[in-house]
Amino acid sequence: MDVLKMTALELSEKIKQKEIGVEEAVKASLSQIEKVESTVHAYVTVDAAGALKKAREIQKKIDSGELTGPLAGVPAAVKDNLCTKGMLTTCSSKILGNFVPTYTAQAVENLEAAGMIILGKTNMDEFAMGSTTETSAFGVTRNPWNPEHVPGGSSGGSCAAVAAGECFLALGSDTGGSIRQPGAFCGVTGIKPTYGTVSRYGLIAYGSSLDQIGPVARSVGDCAAALEVLASYDKKDSTSMKRDDCDFTEALTEDVKDLRIGIPGDYLGEGLDPQTKAAVLAAAEVLKEKGASVEEFDLSLVEYAIPAYYTIASAEASSNLERFDGVKYGYRADDCEGLHQMYKRSRSEGFGAEVKRRIMLGSFVLSSGYYDAYYLKALRVKAMIKQAFDRAFSKYDLILGPAASTTAPKLGESLSDPLKMYLGDIYTISANLAGIPGMTVPCGRDDQGLPIGLQLLANCFEEKKMIRAAYSFEQSRSYEAPQMDALQKKKLHTESMQMKEPDADALHMDALHMDALRAGKAVE
Amino acid sequence: MTKQYETVIGLEVHVELATKTKIFCGCSTAFGGAPNTHTCPVCTGMPGSLPVLNKQVVEYALAVGLATNCRINRYCKFDRKNYFYPDNPQNYQISQLYLPICHDGGIEIETAAGTKTIGIHEIHMEEDAGKLIHDEWEDCSLVDYNRSGVPLIEIVSEPDMRSAEEVIAYLEKLRLIIQYLGASDCKLQEGSMRADVNLSVREAGTSRFGTRTEMKNLNSFKAIGRAIEAERERQTELLEAGKPVIQETRRWDDNKEYSYAMRSKEDAQDYRYFPDPDLVPVIISDEWIERIKAAQPEFRTEKLKRYRKEFGIPDYDAQILTSSKKLADLFEAATQICKKPKKVSNWLMVETLRLLKEAGQEPEDISFSPENLAKLVLLTEEGVINSSVAKDVFSKIFAENIDPERYVEENGLKTIGDTDALRDTVREIVAANPQSVADYKGGKKKVFGFLVGQTMKAMKGKADPSAVNKLLQEMLG
Repeated sequence: MDVLKMTALELSEKIKQKEIGVEEAVKASLSQIEKVESTVHAYVTVDAAGALKKAREIQKKIDSGELTGPLAGVPAAVKDNLCTKGMLTTCSSKILGNFVPTYTAQAVENLEAAGMIILGKTNMDEFAMGSTTETSAFGVTRNPWNPEHVPGGSSGGSCAAVAAGECFLALGSDTGGSIRQPGAFCGVTGIKPTYGTVSRYGLIAYGSSLDQIGPVARSVGDCAAALEVLASYDKKDSTSMKRDDCDFTEALTEDVKDLRIGIPGDYLGEGLDPQTKAAVLAAAEVLKEKGASVEEFDLSLVEYAIPAYYTIASAEASSNLERFDGVKYGYRADDCEGLHQMYKRSRSEGFGAEVKRRIMLGSFVLSSGYYDAYYLKALRVKAMIKQAFDRAFSKYDLILGPAASTTAPKLGESLSDPLKMYLGDIYTISANLAGIPGMTVPCGRDDQGLPIGLQLLANCFEEKKMIRAAYSFEQSRSYEAPQMDALQKKKLHTESMQMKEPDADALHMDALHMDALRAGKAVE
Repeated sequence: MTKQYETVIGLEVHVELATKTKIFCGCSTAFGGAPNTHTCPVCTGMPGSLPVLNKQVVEYALAVGLATNCRINRYCKFDRKNYFYPDNPQNYQISQLYLPICHDGGIEIETAAGTKTIGIHEIHMEEDAGKLIHDEWEDCSLVDYNRSGVPLIEIVSEPDMRSAEEVIAYLEKLRLIIQYLGASDCKLQEGSMRADVNLSVREAGTSRFGTRTEMKNLNSFKAIGRAIEAERERQTELLEAGKPVIQETRRWDDNKEYSYAMRSKEDAQDYRYFPDPDLVPVIISDEWIERIKAAQPEFRTEKLKRYRKEFGIPDYDAQILTSSKKLADLFEAATQICKKPKKVSNWLMVETLRLLKEAGQEPEDISFSPENLAKLVLLTEEGVINSSVAKDVFSKIFAENIDPERYVEENGLKTIGDTDALRDTVREIVAANPQSVADYKGGKKKVFGFLVGQTMKAMKGKADPSAVNKLLQEMLG
């Protein structure tokens, strides 16, 4: 019996039937981590001793009948931007390199209350800013399917860990596609729920109005079960919503006959890799054969999503990241002359290039004289994008498309051109701006053997329709895992990747470029 | 000086609200406490923490807004004001810029010149910052976040005031309204009410405003008066000399009676205000406003009328008693128990105010209960103690809120009336002072007072003066 090949739900079931012990499951994950981590580097922190201790406690609670949930005993990993009491929480940044929180994020508490065991914290793009997990201050994470490629980002560590069998389930966060895009690149399933479904309390904020926590796993069933656990109304989060429809596992039925699926023509045009396009359309065909109606339509406004997103997310980030100043916790520069030098040096030395770029961009769009032209206009675009989705969902139950325009790029390819990296988020970003749920499921591989992800989007609170379609599609194919043994032997390029420090001119170029992107059509 | 100048003043008043917990978390707002003991991840700006609005803050802000005739923004939002300083744990303050809760109100003030309306531009809600403590010995600075997140409202007036007298009348009126609402104790010395003065000077008759300065660190009405006078003079002198007034923030030093520039407009920071995405808009319904209106207390004007009618106390008394919510509350509660309004009023207006003045305190600092005051009134009225004893007992009530009944009992302070003991004492006094007795009988009626005094002294002040009078007259025939 190969424990590592099981889904989280299968594992928990075997644990309850006493075919596998919780400790055995944790040990299996830990030994896989030991085996592949030197290549994959999905984790920032692994707490082996803590996980083993917890395994024994959970085993007792399962044995005594105290814990009966479908995910009890499952070893899981948590993205390193979620606070864990007593466990290092770095956001993959030097500035939080020594930060140990005094409390645990609500989402993590929910996982633990369901009997899951936290193995450690996964690597990410620094402060979730990036699409490749290369901006981490603690080294890149590599794609388990091919270690010369990125795992995507920013939840690259979580997605790579699930794909490589280093955990059964992981938490990610999605601000502009940070669960769905790496999920697609790593060949795993991930859900970004409706904004407000999972409490953000304890999630170190990037773009507060866009951030949502969600599950990453090997099956739609695992993700649905995990989301059922994660979703909870939390008084500590003012944007948390009371929902009484969070029985997501109810939607694990193979029935799509009533579903009307729309494919935005805007998502299939220029820039989409032909192999990805073919795989996505083939997936749509599968759903059609199962009885869903499928047609192309014009979503519109797609090209405005990226500038609006980078304006809003950077603006919020520039403020959210102000608290990292060397005063209370985290990195503080040595031997400073006075307060201002301490602020300047701590932040200059503590933040990486991409984070600084976005802080500058965000500060710029909020500064007096530019607020109306950039930030307010971006908010108007956001509202219009939401309206475009409202129109679409009056006709369709689901929107189907690719999660990314290509499969995972090679390491180092994206960083040289940040704007190109930003443009890569085109299919995922709109869901965050509209607050709607989205998910990715694997739908094939390209000729390099790299996974392709299908993306499904639903209207607010309609995760179940999305889960139902994803589950139905999943039944048509078998889960594929990367060959980790082969990967072990591969010789790796290990030269370090350095990002160019942004300078003021470059920043201004970015802003102008984004303006030009919008200028094609006037947005009122 | 040949030209006539006019002073134009607007105020920004910060008031700490009397909520039990902070504006965005459940920590206590209690004053004092060891450093950083009233703190949690939210009010220390820990990563991942999120603010949740305290409903009571909105209710107090609404109450103040309605009582100052403001219009209410039914859809109001919080914004972040971004600036770096260690007392501000997130390096942004959650405040309101774009849609403050109240706007366009005003209150009437009365000065020697008559009544005048001072406009209120807006009232917004925000959080207080922590406190920096500079340790000279260790050459370091420490931060105490106990005050971080304590709720404030900022009341911004229109530039409608023209003199220190008007400013103080406005502040006193504002303070009274807020105290009556129970929204704050408004103590200037302790900083629960803080006023920043925006002042400019212009030639009389011109309509354009002059360049203004903002004065901070004004800790009493007296300091405000002095600072306004000094700044008016300073700006007038500059204008007379043909020099420009620089737009700047100045700090008042009340000991030196001088202000110095803190920062000029050129150094003004760009606060990069934007709506706080962690908080949802506050929607204020008609029902909510009606509920707040219905719960508004009786304000001073109504109270004055009622006091005259219901208690029959002189206008002068009513004016003083209603000048402080605390005095008015004490008066009503004590009168309710003892049914002696004029007596209660006397204790409050004479002894209480005298002792407060001695201690350098304000009526809001009073710590005794209306029950004990009422008991004292009754003890005196029923002749259980005499007035000089009562005065001593009151000072104990004022200082320690003692129960006067028990105190009088335990210390044997009860008045000694026409008893054998008093008779014996009077007899002894008469016997011991033959000369005085002879003088009295010879027509020198003044010595009677001397004999009363001697008797009271022998009785250690506890004798009932009327009984002493009666007995002495008897014995002197």
